[in-house]
Amino acid sequence: MNGLAFVLRRTLLTIPVLWVMSIIVFLIIRLVPGDPVRTMLGFRATAANVAEVRRQLHLDEPLLQQYLDWAGGLLHGDLGQDLVSKAPLAELLAQRLPVTFELTGLAMLLAIAVGVPLGVRAATGGRWVKRLTSGFVVAGISIPDFWLGIMLVLVFAGTLTLLPPSGYVPFGDDPMQNLSYMVLPVLTLATAEAAYILRTTRSAMESVLQRPFVTFLRAKGISRRRITYGHALKNSAPTIVTVIGIQIGVLLGGAVIVETLFALPGVGRLIVTAVNQRNYPTVQAGVLAIAATFIIVSLITDLFIGWLDPRISDGASR
Amino acid sequence: MISQSITATAIVLAKSAPRRRHRLPVTTTVGVALLALLILAAIAAPLLSGHNPETVETARVMGAPNALHPFGSDVLGRDVLSRVLFGLRVSLLVALSSVAVATLIAVPLGLIAGYFGGWLDSLISRSLDMLLVLPALLLAITLIAIVGPGSTVAALAIAIIYLPILARVMRTSTLVVSRQEYVLGSRSRGASAWRILSSHVAPNAIGPVIVQASVLSGFALQLEAALSFLGLGTQPPTPSLGGMLADGRDVLTQAPWVEIYPGLAIALAVVAFSLLGDGLRRALDPTGVAS
Repeated sequence: MNGLAFVLRRTLLTIPVLWVMSIIVFLIIRLVPGDPVRTMLGFRATAANVAEVRRQLHLDEPLLQQYLDWAGGLLHGDLGQDLVSKAPLAELLAQRLPVTFELTGLAMLLAIAVGVPLGVRAATGGRWVKRLTSGFVVAGISIPDFWLGIMLVLVFAGTLTLLPPSGYVPFGDDPMQNLSYMVLPVLTLATAEAAYILRTTRSAMESVLQRPFVTFLRAKGISRRRITYGHALKNSAPTIVTVIGIQIGVLLGGAVIVETLFALPGVGRLIVTAVNQRNYPTVQAGVLAIAATFIIVSLITDLFIGWLDPRISDGASR
Repeated sequence: MISQSITATAIVLAKSAPRRRHRLPVTTTVGVALLALLILAAIAAPLLSGHNPETVETARVMGAPNALHPFGSDVLGRDVLSRVLFGLRVSLLVALSSVAVATLIAVPLGLIAGYFGGWLDSLISRSLDMLLVLPALLLAITLIAIVGPGSTVAALAIAIIYLPILARVMRTSTLVVSRQEYVLGSRSRGASAWRILSSHVAPNAIGPVIVQASVLSGFALQLEAALSFLGLGTQPPTPSLGGMLADGRDVLTQAPWVEIYPGLAIALAVVAFSLLGDGLRRALDPTGVAS
């Protein structure tokens, strides 16, 4: 019963967060000093031009009216139109989001598959394991992802010609080719992430292994392996999952760069192109889509943590 | 639960209060030395490079590294070494100034929120939380979309991104320090809030913020490079590390040196800042408030 109350509570809490986020995305474009229309039209635009475009974009209406119109459209799935192609933004996003989801999803899976086992080894292994993993953490966090991506292209596409340097084929058209285009972008995005997850797993495991119950298990004669994977990792899981949830936001941000670098037609590249074209409705819709994704992923991770550690869902619903 | 952990932290902080001389770990020394070297190189860029970073030499287009141009030349025949040095200048300036601006605003906000609590705390904390709804890079891109690209805008955008993080650290640290006996003692003697904050709380609570600021400086440098790489930060012809990476992308296989050196410079700077942060953490924030 308690568990259900937690799920409901946490899910309902997402609604105000989404609402606040929609206000922020709406206000940023309108309240930050600087006139988007001026920036869009350039210096040579006359006052009449500017006024005309402001009218077209409904920027001359009262702020509240603008928000109500925009939010009303959002609730009906109407995100407005792309200024350049005149395509409905909901359609554009529906084409672009799967690419971004594939990229960030695969990168996160790879980062978890590398980061968690290495983190466990770093907490339990010998001196050399600790040193090597620390080196990986420092390098992974410090190397800028876009530079890593360029270097990967240089090695795997330029010198070894094993993989295509950039481009995209939808998964539905040719799954193998789709994956071959995804290898380098996913590696680029996953490396720093794996380093973060490794570091988190290591410190969570180190602190759990110091708890009295571990000493008790050892005294009981339970094998080291079972203590590490069966007990300590299980108890570290909530911490690790929390960090993974937060890091998905970082990945979604990083996708902007990686998509630009590898010419992947995702939402990130859509936003960058739109910024360069001064195409505000598209920037707004793209940012909104990514922020909403992040909020929903946070909801899912929180629910998952509640399931992993019933003390959290019990405490929260009481 | 929270008050218990705060009391525990306070005890640890109080125990470590008499400042012992800390022997710097090797990694910290390396970090400080590396950072000093990079900053010196950036300051002395005009003396070190020997070339104008913006001079186009058509005869040297994509020229390989040699004695005169140790890092080679780029697609327009410009000297890569001098562009890296001058780019480092812009990058360090943007990184340090953005974190400095964020810290200057975050410290008073965190102090007020942590010391006075109540509705002031809720107002400050919730308003800052709103900035964390968007992923950092997206927030920066959105701001730049409106104001237009440039290094000043990039610096301000980065400052806005880091403001809530630094303010949160200052608030937590203030909460811990405010509960200590010497603060209570000062309050019972009738000292004004301003006096307690400025002479007791702020100096003792600032440590974790400095630690966090040094780590964030490295990430700010990376963020500036990312923005310039996307064409949204420092604008050409001013050399910037991120911009150089964008320029050299198309000639990657013919002239890899155009890409390798600016990237290495960014990575080295980030490593230097994070090693410095680790060292400062041991000295100023032994209980880990900053993390």
